Amino acid sequence: MIQVIAFYLFATLVIASGVFTIMSRNPVHSVLWLILAFFNAAGLMVMVGAEFIAVLLVIVYVGAVAVLFLFVVMMLDIDFAELRAGFIKNFPLGIAIALVLLAELVLGMGAYRAGILELGTPDGTAAPLLGETNIESLGALMYDRYLFLFEGAGMILLVAMIGAIVLTHRDLKTTRGHQNINKQVSRRPEDATVMKQPEIGKGIEL
Amino acid sequence: MIGIEHYVVVSTILFVLGVLGIFLNRKNIIVILMAIELILLAVNINLVAFSAFLGDLTGQIFAMFVLTVAAGEAAIGLAILVIYFRARGTIAVDDVDRLKG
Repeated sequence: MIQVIAFYLFATLVIASGVFTIMSRNPVHSVLWLILAFFNAAGLMVMVGAEFIAVLLVIVYVGAVAVLFLFVVMMLDIDFAELRAGFIKNFPLGIAIALVLLAELVLGMGAYRAGILELGTPDGTAAPLLGETNIESLGALMYDRYLFLFEGAGMILLVAMIGAIVLTHRDLKTTRGHQNINKQVSRRPEDATVMKQPEIGKGIEL
Repeated sequence: MIGIEHYVVVSTILFVLGVLGIFLNRKNIIVILMAIELILLAVNINLVAFSAFLGDLTGQIFAMFVLTVAAGEAAIGLAILVIYFRARGTIAVDDVDRLKG
């Protein structure tokens, strides 16, 4: 019973926060609703026993991606009211396409229910280990059968990181306090200093 | 009792919401990126639910790779957004036609 209540709570909240994410007037609110959606999706995943993915969702999405969104939204000085101009105009088309997509997906589910489609059955090679936790079973699989894919994922993250840094890195010359070492080294004493022998009691003109 | 159908319905609705979000906020690329995150979240719910109900962990491994690619995509997308805003002072998608030739 508690499972059913928890499922409907999480499911309702994840869908409601999805609606508010795309409907919000202010993108900062959108990001906050997105964070709520991620939390509730993590709750749904805990309920089917996928704790590791749930924790990953909270750490990676809420902790990194959503905060990145929040930073970018708040850093850029954008007139968001202007960007919303086509919202009403696009509404009928958007709803129509969404309904068509939904109808297709429902049709697919109906076909499965009617027994036309058949789901494959797992071959048992990736079954959860008996008596082990979710994360241990996942680790055993990931570091064994999917090791190269796992390393490929690491490479993707590395490339994304380098790409983001290279894209947003500004040339240092435009900022204040830039040190030009070549100019410093090629500076000669005779250009930089003047020797004066002032008479006593008289001033010195520079 | 909660079965696989319940999870599939939730992820279907979330997926359609993401697609709808792309169409509704056609000018605001930040919200479009968020809608793409919603779509990927729906895919992840689907993968994890099937993985759990079929007793095959491959779906959860796959969900992790989807997560990885989504994180990289968000980082690159937002980086492009930031440099575009620096150069043009706006992020309206309609104005992005410099490559039109």
